[in-house]
Amino acid sequence: MARQRSKQYKDTHMPDVISQRPSATFPLDVLDEIHRAADQGIYEIRGLGAKRKLPTFDDLLFLGASMSRYPLEGYREKCATNVTLGNRFAKTPIELDIPITIAGMSFGALGAHAKESIGRAATLMGTSTTTGDGGMTEEERQSSKTLVYQVLPSRYGLNPDDLRRADAIEVVVGQGAKPGGGGMLLGQKITERVAEMRDLPTGIDQRSACRHPDWTGPDDLEIKIQELREITDWQIPIYVKVGASRVGFDVALAVKAGADVIVVDGMQGGTAATQDVFIEHVGVPTLPAVRLAVEALQELKMHRKVHLIVSGGIRSGADAAKALALGADAVSIGSAAMIAIGCNRNAYIEDYKALGTLPGYCHHCHTGRCPVGVATQDPHLESRLVPEQGAQWLRNYLSTMVLEMQTVARACGKSHVLNLEPEDLTALTIEAAAMARIPLVGTNWIPGNNQT
Amino acid sequence: MRFDLKNDALRKLNQYLHENPEKQVAVRNPAGRHNIAVGIDADIDVDIHGHVGYYCAGMNQNSRVTIHGNAGPAVAENIMSGCVRVHGNASQYAGASGHGGTLIIDGDASSRCGISMKGIDIVVAGSVGHMSAFMAQKGHMVICGDAGDFLGDSIYEAIIYVRGKLGELGADCVEKELTPIHREKLASLLMLAGLDHSVEGFRRFGSARDLYHFDIDHAGKY
Repeated sequence: MARQRSKQYKDTHMPDVISQRPSATFPLDVLDEIHRAADQGIYEIRGLGAKRKLPTFDDLLFLGASMSRYPLEGYREKCATNVTLGNRFAKTPIELDIPITIAGMSFGALGAHAKESIGRAATLMGTSTTTGDGGMTEEERQSSKTLVYQVLPSRYGLNPDDLRRADAIEVVVGQGAKPGGGGMLLGQKITERVAEMRDLPTGIDQRSACRHPDWTGPDDLEIKIQELREITDWQIPIYVKVGASRVGFDVALAVKAGADVIVVDGMQGGTAATQDVFIEHVGVPTLPAVRLAVEALQELKMHRKVHLIVSGGIRSGADAAKALALGADAVSIGSAAMIAIGCNRNAYIEDYKALGTLPGYCHHCHTGRCPVGVATQDPHLESRLVPEQGAQWLRNYLSTMVLEMQTVARACGKSHVLNLEPEDLTALTIEAAAMARIPLVGTNWIPGNNQT
Repeated sequence: MRFDLKNDALRKLNQYLHENPEKQVAVRNPAGRHNIAVGIDADIDVDIHGHVGYYCAGMNQNSRVTIHGNAGPAVAENIMSGCVRVHGNASQYAGASGHGGTLIIDGDASSRCGISMKGIDIVVAGSVGHMSAFMAQKGHMVICGDAGDFLGDSIYEAIIYVRGKLGELGADCVEKELTPIHREKLASLLMLAGLDHSVEGFRRFGSARDLYHFDIDHAGKY
């Protein structure tokens, strides 16, 4: 046969089999990126979060109750979900009905309809939502019963009036999609309103700083937090948000700086626009970040005193329940909330194609041409998201997450979702066992734990 | 109303300033304490007799705060309106991200003066340190002395006037013509600060606007 093929090749110079052997080093997506870089000479900028495969909460399972402990009756026996956040120093801590909050997403990155949808849904569910780079909009304040106001390095739109009418303040040191990086909002999204809020010319590519303009390091941060407390008369909690990298050190330093609440954002966390190399190659996944944060708090004997919110790729009630079981006090969702209100929804296919993508693959938040009206400032596109509808979608999604959390919590015999604990978990993979410090399923082995 | 921070708690002072204070407030013995007179929103005069630490008069609205001494980092940070005057020198980040109002420094200002300024007017009678007016978005900075290296790096639409010597300019910061409109504004700021310099001795700097859009040809400037 081989001789025949060889003869044929010699005769015609045309192979009868087309080789499709892919390269493991240069698979198609790598080839595409090299070709794109060769064409454009600049890194790729995109939205959403990491697309690479990372260790996730899927690698943990719950151990339902049976003989050694008893479960709670579904739908009949109470399984509470309320949580108090930020009572370390604040006179008025945050009281939430559910331990799922909405992460900071800027007006600018999102349109006003998206922000309003999120605010309405959060209010209906008794949880908080968060501003973002660019300041607080009136629609957002009016639609959100509990609103966390971010103080970011850019200080766009930051003013003391909004500080005083916020329910909590979040000092953003970093975010999971780009720990160590600043913000980015490309010119097509800098409309007149966005520009006015940020004191920038319209239509320019806006670069937010990666460090705060008036402090560097934890000792300065301690003074900065005191300033924010003095301005708000010590009424409201101060959160500190860090992108997951050196989690143990960062959490300990945030405690030292006086945070009431620490938000740890894993590398699956989303962004409106960042370099792809940042999204895919910088940071620590959420799974080990939770454990590292909890250990740091426990070492300082501050676990459950300084509260921990975990974010970055939380998708379901199961994810949220696992984060709580590992020791978080609440979780926060950003990308998932966007998806609930329509991101990547199967509609307006031609508009996806015009962006060079399809529903399910779109990460073009940075372009401002969001086909479903979520991440855009274009009035025509934004009209596709009706705030009432968006709010209903997100409310339904949050309700589903809560029911899922309660389902697994009851199965583990817990009358409150915050009673979930590491002992309720087992790890499916050696990697997850090592990262979460949970025994590998069927063993009592925790890799890296010297005691076993 | 008088406060003596040797005996009075900082919290007591700031709480008072937030709740219908008298028109004149004097603060003695600040002893470098941080966060003095932050978050004021009242048409009052506050005189601080001595040196202050971080964030003095931070986020000020409407009030006039005078520091009879030196100021620590980020004096008048994120000021919205009113006026803050430092009779001595100011440490780094003076007037950081100020959205409005005026900051007058009779002495020198350290590095990053006016960083991320968003509408504040800053007048420095002396010199400023490196990276001043970094990412300055709006407002005016008048430097009667010298400016350190990298002045106006990544500047947006803020306007800088310099009377003395310059170090290396920051990325995208260029000298521009001192037009009659700019002379008029500069003169008004000098008058506000009580300085009698002639506007003719100043040069104007602003953005070349080359970095307003990502362009591979400008990558080397970042």
